[in-house]
Amino acid sequence: MQRFANPARFMRLSAMLLPWSAIAAAVLIAIGFYGALFIAPPDYQQGEAVKIMYVHVPSAWLASLVYAVMAVASAVALIWRHPLAHIAAESAAPIGACFTFVCLATGSLWGEPMWGTWWVWDARLTSVLVLFFLYIGFIALANAFDDRTRGSRAAAILAIVGVVNLPIIKFSVDWWNTLHQKASVFRMGGPTIATSMLWPLLVIAAGFLFLFAVLLMLRMRTALLRAKLRALRFGT
Amino acid sequence: MSGFAALLTRDLRLAFRQGGDVANVVAFFALAVILFPFGVGPDPDLMARIAAGVLWVTALLAALLSLERLFDADYQDGSLEALSLMPVPLEIQVLAKCAAHWLTTGLPLTIIAPLLALVLHFDAAGYPALIAALLLGTPVLSLIGAIGAALTLGARRAGVLLSLLVLPLYIPVLIFGVAASEAAALGLESRPHLLLLAALLAGSLALAPWAAAAALRQAFE
Amino acid sequence: MAGRELQKSFTGEGLACRRGERRVFQGVAFALAPGGALLLGGPNGSGKTSLLRLMAGLAQPEQGVITWDGGAIADDPAVHRTRLHYIGHQEAVKLALTAEENLAFWADMRGTANGATDALRRFKLDARATWPARYLSAGERKRLGLARLLASAAALWLLDEPITSLDAESTEILLTAIAEHRSAGGCVALATHAPLPLPGAQTLSLAAHTTWRQA
Repeated sequence: MQRFANPARFMRLSAMLLPWSAIAAAVLIAIGFYGALFIAPPDYQQGEAVKIMYVHVPSAWLASLVYAVMAVASAVALIWRHPLAHIAAESAAPIGACFTFVCLATGSLWGEPMWGTWWVWDARLTSVLVLFFLYIGFIALANAFDDRTRGSRAAAILAIVGVVNLPIIKFSVDWWNTLHQKASVFRMGGPTIATSMLWPLLVIAAGFLFLFAVLLMLRMRTALLRAKLRALRFGT
Repeated sequence: MSGFAALLTRDLRLAFRQGGDVANVVAFFALAVILFPFGVGPDPDLMARIAAGVLWVTALLAALLSLERLFDADYQDGSLEALSLMPVPLEIQVLAKCAAHWLTTGLPLTIIAPLLALVLHFDAAGYPALIAALLLGTPVLSLIGAIGAALTLGARRAGVLLSLLVLPLYIPVLIFGVAASEAAALGLESRPHLLLLAALLAGSLALAPWAAAAALRQAFE
Repeated sequence: MAGRELQKSFTGEGLACRRGERRVFQGVAFALAPGGALLLGGPNGSGKTSLLRLMAGLAQPEQGVITWDGGAIADDPAVHRTRLHYIGHQEAVKLALTAEENLAFWADMRGTANGATDALRRFKLDARATWPARYLSAGERKRLGLARLLASAAALWLLDEPITSLDAESTEILLTAIAEHRSAGGCVALATHAPLPLPGAQTLSLAAHTTWRQA
């Protein structure tokens, strides 16, 4: 059972960090949403609908960040063969997929009042759609083998291949978008965004980050307990 | 004979003796392209508009369908395991297999494409760019596809999984390939797009064999 | 023949192996001198194939180290591959190629030319040389798989249950080939269910080292 010696340390650490992270997540998200809904001004064109951005944009950031975390964990798993690394990557994947889905769904909900359509092929949304499929691919590959460790290793390689390809895909989608652009360019509001609009965004993003940490630790703890259970029942 | 040449000739010999591989790919390509006029109507202007996109997407799918046989047969009869123990580096072997795959998939597709472009009323000015783009792009499909094929060896429902993994990675090739093909047809410069395709080819020649070999090794652990 | 490395010994110490989530064995050790033979015995699932794969470098041991002439094989897997032949359960025979083409391919991959004809003759397959492998009987195909051993030279032979589905005559051919290999200084490790008449062979039973509980 010495495989699980390190996980005992992780279990202790995560047991300590979980309550604080959960509180941080809840507080930051609450403050952020309050600022977003009640303090930031509505857009003169879109009205209150622009507030969807406060969920859409942080979700997009987290979607990319979680993928980066997955790729790093996968690299650690393959190079140093640390057993926790595979579990970290596989626990993070569904969380990232959810953030991606939320980003797509809120993008769609936003598109309807803004452009009168449920989907726009703008560069960011399209890239996020592709990212969603990269997540699904990772999860599918990890679960596609009878031998679970084989699935973990294959998915780890896929994650690294994906992270190398992601900038290329993003670049090509941007390129494609400029080739086919017709009417108004949708801009997020970049550097001209007002401070009153910016800070709730950052606060919510920070809250989402803690939310990710909480969910990741919970999933990893569950995975480790399940592995321990399997070892006890079926012998190592 | 070098290991690369030995493996390449063996794979080509097997492809021609087992027959049908090349024909299958070409037949699927032709049939899938021909479906589109039935789907969108025979208007020549509409055809010409979507010709490049249709050709590239169906070429992609045809290449995808043939990817499964890249490693699977060797995996099933133990040849792949024996190959991984040869002195020739696995990366070189992957390159040899990708070369054989391209010669029996990408190259026939490139040869047939102009005929099908004719059927789709593709603008004559675009032919050189179309062929150049396919010549540059189809090897990339074989190389990136090799990574997917290596990762899904022995997986449940490997075929569907392979498509799920590889299609997102094909998107850049698709975008630049169609852009190159269409640019010439529209009277614009196709060179920048072709250069991007060449960059993709160079990048995948360097990186894909390495990733695929890593995937093959972990399949044997 | 060229390529033989004499006076090199092949050892393993404190080996533990994990397949999937299961630990198959632990605390396994062996030592093979030039000219030596190692018979791996044990019930199904005890890890004979796993140990052979560790020896070939196909998989890494969870614990322990395997060395050739004092150097760990994990340090230079490419060099290790040049010095071994590994024949697993499957024959690795392409049915659409002739017997000769099959062997010539493996000889080419190892960089030796002209090894195929001699190997076919030694394994009594020269009458079948130009036949596509799909027309060979199962026993002939198994012999063809083993003929790789003679198509090019290697110091270390790793054989996984080579005599299963071999008739008496073919078994004789294999044993003769092994004897010649050993007298030239090569060593061989093979997994087997049945006892084999290999003079001076060590036996390693993996049953004592398996760690998984049987139902």
